[in-house]
Amino acid sequence: MARTEAPKIVTARLGYDDSHTLERYLATGGYEGLHKALTMTPEAVAHEVDTASLLGRGGAGFPAGRKWALLGKKPVTYLTINGDESEPATFKDHLLIERDPHQIIEGVLISAYALQVTQAFIYLRGEFALGLERMQAALNEAYAHGAVGADIFGSGFSIDLVLHPGAGAYICGEETALLESLEGKRGFPRIKPPFFPASIGLYGQPTVVNNVETMANIPWIITNGGAAFAALGEGRSTGTRLFALAGHVQNPGVYELEMVKNTFRDLIYDPALGGGITGGNKLKAFIPGGVSAPWFGPDQVDLPLGQDEVGQAGSMLGSGSIVVMDSTTCVVRAAWRITKFFSRESCGQCTPCREGAGWLERILYRIENGAGREEDLDLLMDLCDNISPGVAWPPQQTTICVLGPSIPSSIASGIRMFRDEFLVHVKEGGCPFD
Amino acid sequence: MTDSTEPQHDDGHISINLDGRTVSAKPGELLIAAAERAGTYIPRFCYHPRMEPVGMCRMCLVEVDSPRGATLQPACFISVAEGMSVDTASEKVKKAQDGVLEFLLANHPLDCPICDKGGECPLQDQTLAHGPGESRFVEEKRHFEKPIAISDLVLLDRERCIQCARCTRFAAEVAGEAQIDFVGRGERVEVATFPTEPFSSYFSGNTVQICPVGALTATPYRFTARPWDLDQVESTCTTCSVGCRVAVQSSSNRLTRLLGIDSEPVNHGWLCDKGRFAFESVNGDEVDASPLDAALADEAVDVAPATAAQVVGLGVIRGQFLGEAHETGRFEHGRLVEPQIRKNGELVSVSWGEALAAAAAGLQSARQAGGSEAVAVIGGARLTNESAYAWAKLAKGVIGTDSVDAQLGDGLPADLVLGLPRATIDAACAAPVLITLTGDLREELPVLFLRLREAVVGSSTLIELTPGPTALSALATASLPIRPGEAPAVAAALCGDDAAVTELESHPEGSTVAAGVLDTARQALAAHPDGEGVVIVLGRPSYAESGEVVAQAARVLAGALPKATFLPALRRGNVFGALDMGLAPGLLPGRVGLDAGREWFAAAWGAVPATTGLDTAGILASMAGESGGPGVTSLILLGADPLSDFPDRAVAEEALSAGHFIVAVTGHPSESVDTYADVVLPCAVAHERPGTTTNIEGRVSRLGQKLTAPGFAWPDWMIAAELAAALGQDLGVSSANDLADEVQLTAPAYFGLTQAVLHSDAAHDGILLPIVAGATRRAGVEPIDPIALPGVESVERQGAPPRSGAAGGDGSVHARIAALGAPPALLSGIPAAEGDGVHVPPADSYFLRLVATRRLYDAGSSVTGSPSLTPLVPKLVARANPYDLDRLGAKTGDQVRVRSVRGELVLPAQLDEAVPRGAVAIDFNVPVGPDVPGNAAATLIDSRNVVTDVRLESV
Repeated sequence: MARTEAPKIVTARLGYDDSHTLERYLATGGYEGLHKALTMTPEAVAHEVDTASLLGRGGAGFPAGRKWALLGKKPVTYLTINGDESEPATFKDHLLIERDPHQIIEGVLISAYALQVTQAFIYLRGEFALGLERMQAALNEAYAHGAVGADIFGSGFSIDLVLHPGAGAYICGEETALLESLEGKRGFPRIKPPFFPASIGLYGQPTVVNNVETMANIPWIITNGGAAFAALGEGRSTGTRLFALAGHVQNPGVYELEMVKNTFRDLIYDPALGGGITGGNKLKAFIPGGVSAPWFGPDQVDLPLGQDEVGQAGSMLGSGSIVVMDSTTCVVRAAWRITKFFSRESCGQCTPCREGAGWLERILYRIENGAGREEDLDLLMDLCDNISPGVAWPPQQTTICVLGPSIPSSIASGIRMFRDEFLVHVKEGGCPFD
Repeated sequence: MTDSTEPQHDDGHISINLDGRTVSAKPGELLIAAAERAGTYIPRFCYHPRMEPVGMCRMCLVEVDSPRGATLQPACFISVAEGMSVDTASEKVKKAQDGVLEFLLANHPLDCPICDKGGECPLQDQTLAHGPGESRFVEEKRHFEKPIAISDLVLLDRERCIQCARCTRFAAEVAGEAQIDFVGRGERVEVATFPTEPFSSYFSGNTVQICPVGALTATPYRFTARPWDLDQVESTCTTCSVGCRVAVQSSSNRLTRLLGIDSEPVNHGWLCDKGRFAFESVNGDEVDASPLDAALADEAVDVAPATAAQVVGLGVIRGQFLGEAHETGRFEHGRLVEPQIRKNGELVSVSWGEALAAAAAGLQSARQAGGSEAVAVIGGARLTNESAYAWAKLAKGVIGTDSVDAQLGDGLPADLVLGLPRATIDAACAAPVLITLTGDLREELPVLFLRLREAVVGSSTLIELTPGPTALSALATASLPIRPGEAPAVAAALCGDDAAVTELESHPEGSTVAAGVLDTARQALAAHPDGEGVVIVLGRPSYAESGEVVAQAARVLAGALPKATFLPALRRGNVFGALDMGLAPGLLPGRVGLDAGREWFAAAWGAVPATTGLDTAGILASMAGESGGPGVTSLILLGADPLSDFPDRAVAEEALSAGHFIVAVTGHPSESVDTYADVVLPCAVAHERPGTTTNIEGRVSRLGQKLTAPGFAWPDWMIAAELAAALGQDLGVSSANDLADEVQLTAPAYFGLTQAVLHSDAAHDGILLPIVAGATRRAGVEPIDPIALPGVESVERQGAPPRSGAAGGDGSVHARIAALGAPPALLSGIPAAEGDGVHVPPADSYFLRLVATRRLYDAGSSVTGSPSLTPLVPKLVARANPYDLDRLGAKTGDQVRVRSVRGELVLPAQLDEAVPRGAVAIDFNVPVGPDVPGNAAATLIDSRNVVTDVRLESV
């Protein structure tokens, strides 16, 4: 059993039916981190987070403390929390938002204090109906409790926190598109440089954008100290992390595990976790970090769940979403389904992504449905190359944001790992799994 | 991004490595522009130098070295930096660019054979130059209904659209009207209007011009020609007085299209839709039967042919008259093409000889009876400078009358306009503080509005003095409402005069200027106590108040802000050229006063009038017998239609119907001409004759001739010369070039404006007068957005080549004035008011003061002769403050009666917060409806009073 005895940092409260209420939150140590932070200097609070080496939990994995330090040169104007979790098979923020909204709010308040920001926004995916309801209710409770608003807990520090629902676009999870959306515009990602949020962010002001799960870690870090957090995990990957396990496993769900100390095999096969492949089938492939990530085969199942470890193996831990595909999976159909998602969710701004995704989707659909040609494989790869030159990881891109280079991941993985399966589709004039 | 610590060259430039070459670039400049100046054209679709870059099409990807290695970057979005190393032609770049092109073509319909853009399409061109020969896209392309109308003028084919955001950015950034935007996601992104709002911009044609594919097409050009069959010249638009540069394109002696040319100091490549599409009135196209037409035609059925000409306004040009035109040959599709004289009450076609003899006889007889002052000339703003000079010479030098006026009671005192310290458009845009005392500039001078809007969106502070809402109000730092007659007091209040504030408060409804707004405006001016850095745009906010009110306000502003400069905003086509050529009482050519230039022009011309003559109001009053004595008994109309143009129809009607001798020189029929002219002389109109025009800044630019005038129409100058001959005198000119030469010799402000200067590369943007030694101009022509100007960069600078040693088309003029020595001084300074200035009668709460403002689309012949624009003429409404309408119990849409001493109109009411209390506003030269065409406002306005008071009554 490789599972460690690491404490539950962000999911400790989830066993309670009323985990989303202020009453339960206060009864389980809620807002103690904020009380403690308000007795510290903002610099000391930021220092604890930096010491914790908390990597951003949104996908890119940038250290939160360093992100904040980027803004040390000039005052930060806005703190914006990204809760626009919309990718297929990614559902770990969803859980925190619905089940422990106060923990997120407390994290935001502590972060705002550290950054001395007086206006923060929580941007939630618009389809999270219950999440929005609970987050707004929690926010109202927090205001009434004196945790948010003017002179919070009599500390002299004031902060306003606004909840903003998205309008149904995946791309608004891209931080600059999120800022555009928050400003009331179309969710078109901004071009970086120069529009790094840290320098030109919301309403043109320096802005920190952090993920929901990142925020949820903050209260524990302040209560228990950054060193205690950094003691968990290994290397740059400290603390615990939420993993959303989906696909052909017995027990799909969200699991909080200490980083690096566990492997993909643990997550997929441990009876207390994934419980193994459904129907006793064999593992065919798995996606280690969301559908943007290149796939891994069974030979990589013993890789540790660590950011750098997965990165060095040619993919990413990304959003912490692990999709398991067993031997009954048609890779063409899987790649088509993922590509269809990106095609629908491309914002339409850059030509390669807008036109490329639709073209790729059509070709994959054609192959899956028996009208494929052998040369389509080279065409697929070449079109991928025109979106992401080299089709390598970490990717290059001809587009403004990383949605473009996310498209080739599943296609290139599928063709590279299962070229024969594609060819069977072509030669047999249809899908062998039908 | 660059900062000041980076090494720079002596000239402030930096060096970048472009494909192995070291080239110089301006710090902060976009890479795509720096490369282009260095001779490397990076392909692009979405980039437009006059708009914010978006980096969307990805066509301009190039490899830029960075600390993390070479990466593909959009050249339209990154700024150059010292030492930047750029590869625009690497394999990686080529692969990326070819990939983008292939992606763009994937869903593109490739219906080039039936696409208007085919043959001048950047997508087609780039595909031909770099694209693959065969498509790898074997899937079904995306389909949309095609095309869909997004406005009355613009059609959208979404299948052809490549989502470059040029049109949407133009609408939002340049025009400030985000009426079109993207909807949808991914490959279903499409340009769309809001569900209930059409793309109703006055600038919609620009989106068509800058569209890099055939997605946006304009109805007037659609399917009329193939680009390779078009012939074109470069010219200047004279629809208003801004002077936008245009490429005029034709096919088979019919105009097909106008494209804006980027002139840095003037129009930045933009045109308004009226300027762009009013060419239809030159062609004289028949108007399709719209509901308005149908109503006109129905009514016309009962009108006997002999009196058909009396059907006013729209109907004359279109309706039943077309039928008669074909029968008699009088009109060719709404154009006047043969000389006519009135016989037995009806105009009949005659030869030029007969018409000229009749004109000369009539004028001569008037002169013999009442002296030279018995002859008057109204109009001339539609003429070229050369023709205006010829007519000034004929009227003032040959006939001897000074009662000549190119303004039709809708302008400002001519000596004031020419004497004001003049600002350029660029100066106005660069001014820290801008004051406008005009109507809505978007309605009057649309492209000037675009320029000023850009400045105000930038860093300029705008203070508006306005009798109603304007398109700039939302951007203004302070919008000071003025009731008719109050402009001098509001101007004085703005400049710190508290007595004026008290005066304004004495109005029965109180002051319209809120104290806080006035304070804000005063604070904006505080940093400019002597007016340094202040530019004042001066126009006619309302035609229902005397121009003297504006003149008085100008005196107040100039007195308080002595270093401020003025941009006069008169709107008629070449009104500034006409005034410069002396077509105004008290003026002689070259911005010279009658007295100052008497000796000079007496030498040049042989004679000049002894005394200052009458302006249009004076001429009409005199004809109407109001002056006592014989007064004016013969009138020459130079393209003028006093019944529609003059603000007071009753006066105009009285004058024209008094039985005096009237000669009309015109290209289009009009009510005044058809009903009252004794002799009609057909003239060539815009695009039918070469010459020059002068814009609001005093900038002279060339007019290109693209068409041969229809029928027997002559250029105006030729008519002047032949009429002089018929009067037994020699005007001394035998060509437009002769006139241009004479102008540059005799007219002081035009000294040095030789054919060589006018045809030089430096004249691309026109020549600002007077010519100042050492002034630099943009040399050569850089097509700033080649995508918007297919083929135009190769337009030959058309017209006669410069003639060397041509000084003296009439050598004797040269000889005569050469002996005089110093030429007369130019008008300078603001003339003092006559007497104690304009006196505005006090307001009382029983009456409202009438405001009459211009609309872009009105009942003028350029709109009514253009089938595409006619449906856009607005419906006439009475706009008033809710306060005044509430007192009447009226709400928007209710019929109300507006009654003045002149007449009354029953109109729908419209609540408008921006109209001051105590005023009611209606549009000028807009018909009440199809059954009552013509200038409805002119039936209310009383030009004999400074302001027109009206009663507003419920019906």
